[in-house]
Amino acid sequence: MADQKHIDDFSGTSTTGHEWDGIRELDTPLPRWWLWTFYATIIFAVVYWVFMPSWPGVTGYARGFLGYSSRAAVDASMIQAKQAMAGMRDRLATTSLADIEKSPDLLEFAAAGGRSAFAVNCSQCHGADAGGRRGFPNLNDDDWLWGGKLDDVDFTITHGVRNGADPDARSSQMPRFLADGILTQAQIGDVADYALSLSGATHDAVAAARGQPLFAENCAACHGDKGEGNKDFGAPRLSDKIWLYGGDRNTIIQSISYARNGVMPNWGARFDAETIKELTIYVHSLGGGQ
Amino acid sequence: MNVQATTPGVAEFDVRPVNKKANRSFYAKRVKIHPKRAQGAFRRLKWIVMAVTLTIYYVTPWLRWSRGLGAPDQAVLIDFEHRRFYFFFIELWPQEVYYFTGLLVMAGIGLFFMTSLAGRVWCGYACPQTVWTDLFLVVERAVEGDRNARIRLDKAPFGIAKLRKRATKHALWLLIALATGGGWVFYFADAPTLARDLLQLQAPMAAYVTIGILTFTTYVFGGLMREQVCIYMCPWPRIQGAMLDEESLVVTYHEWRGEPRGKHQKSSTGARLGDCVDCNACVVVCPMGIDIRDGQQLECITCALCIDACNGVMKKLGRPANLIGYDTLANDRRRAVGQPTHYRLWRPRTILYATLWSVLGLFMVYALATRADLEISVLHDRSPMFVALMDGGLRNGYTVRALNKRHDERRLHLAIAGLPGAELTIVGQQGADIVVPPDDVRSIKAYVRLPTGAVRPPSTDFRFVLTDAVGRSSAQYDTVFRGPE
Repeated sequence: MADQKHIDDFSGTSTTGHEWDGIRELDTPLPRWWLWTFYATIIFAVVYWVFMPSWPGVTGYARGFLGYSSRAAVDASMIQAKQAMAGMRDRLATTSLADIEKSPDLLEFAAAGGRSAFAVNCSQCHGADAGGRRGFPNLNDDDWLWGGKLDDVDFTITHGVRNGADPDARSSQMPRFLADGILTQAQIGDVADYALSLSGATHDAVAAARGQPLFAENCAACHGDKGEGNKDFGAPRLSDKIWLYGGDRNTIIQSISYARNGVMPNWGARFDAETIKELTIYVHSLGGGQ
Repeated sequence: MNVQATTPGVAEFDVRPVNKKANRSFYAKRVKIHPKRAQGAFRRLKWIVMAVTLTIYYVTPWLRWSRGLGAPDQAVLIDFEHRRFYFFFIELWPQEVYYFTGLLVMAGIGLFFMTSLAGRVWCGYACPQTVWTDLFLVVERAVEGDRNARIRLDKAPFGIAKLRKRATKHALWLLIALATGGGWVFYFADAPTLARDLLQLQAPMAAYVTIGILTFTTYVFGGLMREQVCIYMCPWPRIQGAMLDEESLVVTYHEWRGEPRGKHQKSSTGARLGDCVDCNACVVVCPMGIDIRDGQQLECITCALCIDACNGVMKKLGRPANLIGYDTLANDRRRAVGQPTHYRLWRPRTILYATLWSVLGLFMVYALATRADLEISVLHDRSPMFVALMDGGLRNGYTVRALNKRHDERRLHLAIAGLPGAELTIVGQQGADIVVPPDDVRSIKAYVRLPTGAVRPPSTDFRFVLTDAVGRSSAQYDTVFRGPE
């Protein structure tokens, strides 16, 4: 610091005494409003320390006089949200699925609840938009393995599919036609061509003709004579354009040879009845509901 | 001999222009300004402007305007809750916020235009800071007296009399401030209802908080900070320098006529002096604490009170008026050398501002006049983009919002165009007629289904068309139909 205050010639303001290569730093005072704001923030900080959780300690932290905790605040708001929804959820509990669909406010409430429950629990397999993926059905379309009516969807969600945990779970078992020695590789190829012919896809007509009696003998019991499927067994309709595992010949041969047995948890064990209803309504509302 | 005495018949004021650039320091505290009361044509004009602007401010929310059943009958209302803005016969929806943007742009250009023509008339007459400071000064003068009395009161020791005056003044200021904040909130709710609720302490907290904040800012800005708001806080004095040129009317001191200033007709050397008798009347009335004789300066808000003050003095001395007056800098120069004056109102700058302002205004009027009373907006489902169906067909989902801006319920027909073979279904209802409540929006879910065999590239453009049942008006929205890549 220079001993004597240096006054800048141009601005008439004193300098700090710092100098770099002949450039001096002006000692312009801080605006008063800025200073007051600055002091106010310091005071605010001290008050905050006193009232709010602030300093960390070895085994805990200073909790502050107000005893605020963000975890408690979340719990409180969750309880509050539950209470706010209680009236609607009570109505859901006492209203049948069909009547929920007829009541606009209940329908909206249920679909919204179902959407969030779906996002947390179902989207891992069925996709965030319920668009499905290979092996996991698309819930937006009009193709249903176990039925697309409200009660069917409700039952499927509650008890699940082939999960071994729920005795009422949707259940059926397709034989592994090659692995279990029921059909030969050549026969399976013929059946695959016949299956392709059912939905009008390109196929080998000669092979399909060979496959037809094999299909009638081995597959029609579940899938139907014309491949129309059977919702009681979750046997997919083969005469439509939707293929859960893929509709090319090789994939169909694979499916026949080693079978497909998709599974789904029994959500009734995890959710209350209202949430199941919400999920049912939501899934049913996606566009394919019957 | 150099005798200093006052000019006969003219009061001389001992006053220092505290906000003169050379007198201001970053380190010094603000020096309080005690403007003396001015009298004259401009002061009268300012009283009128003050009365008009304050009347508009306070009365507007109480004007009624009938809009029919179920709609608010307040002429000017910003209804945040229902997201509407009402202005007499105009009703705006939130998505029409561009009308506000347009109005603000017009206000800006209008300000540029006014400034380039007549200087800072906004600052001097109509700016709320000026109007309210003027109002606060009136109160101050009524309670504490004019300049000299106020200065005496400032210097007086603290006592009962001083306390009483100060308390009265601040109480009145706070009342005005409260009324200012109180006036503001009526623009945002039904005024009579809100007034009753406010008095019964049942109004929404937001109303009290808003009144509180505006009371505080009005009191601080109008009562305590005054000229500092203009000099330090407001960006406009800095911007307006770019709008002014030498053809703009500004408050000018005719230096060629006034100088050399002096208290006598002749100086000690016998040379003829200028018209300025250096009485400081112009400085003592200045609410900004400057000396207009220093020339154009940022601190001057062109309130023209110095013109009134000086003209009073000139009249007493029997000299021509307007030693300080509204003039352009170019004319001031012409007068100095005895050339005839002329005003150039139309210059490229003013023509540009006026043209922009008019074009924008006409465009807004046109847009407002041809504004549709129904609207449609369509959101294509993003997830999933499309759904393949059993029969090989494709389905796309859309959220359609139909807006009915009329105050009666309407049956609107929804249709699609440009997608041959496609069929439209609305979820939860039969048919394609949507009933939309009065002055409201209805959101529906619609499916468009394209059967198998139809031409379907990954993306096809088509449109939704919404038609009034009687076919008077329609609206459309372009969107796409998506299929597999």
